Amino acid sequence: MMPPSNSRGTATAAAQRPQGAKPVRVRRLHLPQKLRNLELFLLLIACGINAAAVVLVQLGALGHVDTTLVLLGAGLSVLVLCMHVVLRLVARDADPFILPIASLLNGIGVAMIYRIDIANGDAGWDSSAVRQTVWSALAIACAIAVLLIIRNHRVLFRYTYVAGFVAVVLLLLPLVPGLGREVSGARVWIGIGSFATFQPGEIAKIALAVFFAGYLVQGRDSLSMVGKRFLGMRFPRLRDLGPILVVWALSMSVIIFQRDLGTALLYFGLFLVMLYLATGRLSWVLLGMTLFLGGAIIASQTLEYVNGRFTNWLDALNPDVYGASGGSYQLVQGLFGLAKGGLIGTGLGQGRPDITPVPQSDYIIASLGEELGLAGLFAILALYLLFVARGFRIGFAGNDDFGKLLGVGLSFVVALQCFIVIGGVTRVIPLTGLTTPFLAAGGSSLVANWIIAALLLRLSDTLRNQPRLVI
Amino acid sequence: MNRELKRVSIVVMLMFVALLTSTTIIQVFQADSLTADARNTRTLYDSYSVERGAILVAGNPIAQSMPVADDYKYQRTYSNGPLYAPITGFMPINGSPTGLEHALNGELSGTSNAQFFDKINSLITGQNAKGASVEVTIDPVAQQAAWDALGNLTGSVVVTEPKTGRILAMVSKPGYDPNLLTVHDNQKVTDSYESLVSDKANPLIDRAINALNPPGSVFKLVVVTAALESGKFTPESTFPNPGTFQLPGSSSIVINSGGGTCGGGDTVTIATALRLSCNIPMAELGLQLGDKAIRDTAEKFGFNTDYSIPLNVSQSAYPLELDDAQLALSAFGQTSVRATPLQMAMVSATIANGGVEMAPNLIDQILAPNLSPLQSFEPRTMKRVMSAETAATITQMMVNGVQDGAASNARIDGVNVAGKTGTAENAADDPYTLWFTGFAPAEDPKYAISVLVEDGGGLGQTGYGNLLAAPIAKQVLEAVLNK
Repeated sequence: MMPPSNSRGTATAAAQRPQGAKPVRVRRLHLPQKLRNLELFLLLIACGINAAAVVLVQLGALGHVDTTLVLLGAGLSVLVLCMHVVLRLVARDADPFILPIASLLNGIGVAMIYRIDIANGDAGWDSSAVRQTVWSALAIACAIAVLLIIRNHRVLFRYTYVAGFVAVVLLLLPLVPGLGREVSGARVWIGIGSFATFQPGEIAKIALAVFFAGYLVQGRDSLSMVGKRFLGMRFPRLRDLGPILVVWALSMSVIIFQRDLGTALLYFGLFLVMLYLATGRLSWVLLGMTLFLGGAIIASQTLEYVNGRFTNWLDALNPDVYGASGGSYQLVQGLFGLAKGGLIGTGLGQGRPDITPVPQSDYIIASLGEELGLAGLFAILALYLLFVARGFRIGFAGNDDFGKLLGVGLSFVVALQCFIVIGGVTRVIPLTGLTTPFLAAGGSSLVANWIIAALLLRLSDTLRNQPRLVI
Repeated sequence: MNRELKRVSIVVMLMFVALLTSTTIIQVFQADSLTADARNTRTLYDSYSVERGAILVAGNPIAQSMPVADDYKYQRTYSNGPLYAPITGFMPINGSPTGLEHALNGELSGTSNAQFFDKINSLITGQNAKGASVEVTIDPVAQQAAWDALGNLTGSVVVTEPKTGRILAMVSKPGYDPNLLTVHDNQKVTDSYESLVSDKANPLIDRAINALNPPGSVFKLVVVTAALESGKFTPESTFPNPGTFQLPGSSSIVINSGGGTCGGGDTVTIATALRLSCNIPMAELGLQLGDKAIRDTAEKFGFNTDYSIPLNVSQSAYPLELDDAQLALSAFGQTSVRATPLQMAMVSATIANGGVEMAPNLIDQILAPNLSPLQSFEPRTMKRVMSAETAATITQMMVNGVQDGAASNARIDGVNVAGKTGTAENAADDPYTLWFTGFAPAEDPKYAISVLVEDGGGLGQTGYGNLLAAPIAKQVLEAVLNK
């Protein structure tokens, strides 16, 4: 049945707002810096692993240790430790696992990107690892800024429709002539000059999560209204179909105009899950999935690039598909790399991930699978799962619906993105171009995911400060 | 909301289970088949990245891996490439290896079972795995002499040791340089390979073991063996001696190679027919023996059988179905009888070894990277093909053939050479295939030899075995006997 909605949006947000500054002393008594100390401990381990990974890459691929990049890595460690200090000051009860996990994934990603630079002979500013490190610094700075600016997540609730507007604008940006860039067929990039390129869709997913959370908290009463009974299930009323159709149309236009299947799936999946959480109606999910699958099937018949993705997925090892332009060559090279890795991998710096095209972004998981083996991939997947679980915890334990929805939405978007890209590389689903959160080379993705981490930290901090809740 | 959240959590859980499952399937269950996929360049690079063992002749490498600074880490180089190409083969970066590089790939690359503990050891110590080296039976003097003696002719020379079956020389011409096919540039390799494949002289064929030619008169050794072993004939058995012979059930006629009768007289003995290499008495003998007796003997020698030395040797053939005309022709190595030079060397070696055939073998031993032997190859007896008496009788007939018969150009002063020449017809207007096979010294045979000259030796249908093939054998035998 319909869950009791005791927090009706604006009222709650306004009532609980003056919380950031006041009862500091009380909190200190309740929870001494235990959580932050645990975080520091984990963070130091993460930084240690990251440094070790870079050194292992150098030993494996170069045969000697080169201190300049180790120093760059150390810079990254300093930044995440800065973020830790900020947390001690402004969000001392935040979840202690989120920051170490994000740091570890980011660091492993940099190490693997650096390893591929070595194979490609890139150095200096040509090197993706250097750029990735700089982007990481920027992303962590953004995360710190989010923590400092947003002292209470309910502020975001006020900006529900602004967030929605921002999301749409961000999505439209790549289609603006002169600003948009097309990279390997997908028009999801913007560029200023020839230098900085950015994928605004990555930031849009945060804005969308905020918008969905705010909108659904407000509109869920009408969306939960029961309509006709059909197939043993109560379906929503026709007049309430507006929002889902709008989001569906948005996703479909991403598929058609931006030629980006993965992003469309990500947005629509996010919306469906949040809609289901808000209304508790499985019929919405069924309806949404029918709509999306229908659209995807029509797209696979009419759009050549979608059709190709499906063929590559189903018949990857067929020599015709393998040899075709836009065929399964990359996918199969990734599989060869994973096979080479086997159970324990070749060891960092000792495989040949550079044989696979774009081994540092879309295929970083295959590269890691080659050098760290199945064991390494399991560890990475476990890290993601733990990250998502910490986010879901906010949903379980939270007591304001906006925060619950936002926390779950943001963590689900990370989970779904992992599934779409790793599932694409390992042939669970057709391959679509998305970045692996925190790991893959790409500035926009790093900024977006670090902001997500910051928001989850903020949410988890307010969660523990609810006076009524004993954890 | 928490009930829904629980369900969404389960969905997320299932998504990750799907990913764990798919990675496990790929990295564990499909790993072997993906690694074995011909398109997997990682596997190819790996096979280059181990320091492949060397192929050694008398302790000196004829194929070895030299360290280079590129993706493949080692460059396979062949010293004296064309001379040893039929033995080494080559190891291209974009295709399958050939020759011993192929046949002993496991040992050379260090992945054979015998090297299992070495692999474990290198895994533990972190040292790069090294392949085993292979010491071949080739005698550099014999190989070089055979190469020189064959000159610019298209053909092959095989020298073996009758008592052991060890192959001392194996030359095939025209040759090619395997170094051209192991450069680390796909395009260059492909270009070289294409030009070798399109070369009409087929330089990539190892004629010693893979060229199948009609043996012509050298096959008479097999027929005479069958005749003597049957007990129904002796060297002195006689046959009518006409100047022409009409094949049964056919309008075609057979003549002796020089024309006319076989040495004069109304009748001719087997001994004379073999010494002078006459066709008509052999056709008559073949018809009396029947194809089964000839085939049985041929198969005892190794016809119609695959074997590996460990290079794969093409099956020499004695046909399974023959009418009488074909039977008569097969008795002097025509119709669809086919033989490799190695097979004919084995026929001579068996006669030389008192009727016992030794397994032909190219490998002396396989050496671990620290030069300790992993595997040694002892001489192996295949079977007794004929009695010692028969072998001695045929030896004497072959000695007479060289001293006072059709193989006179193989004569060496001071050494008794046993030999038999052959001049085989191909299609009506095609050049002849010329042969010599024999051994020396006849009383204590140390070397068995067979010489194949294809394409008529450049003389079309006017060349013959004694003119072109026998002198080559003589030159090689002299070189090895004077060592």
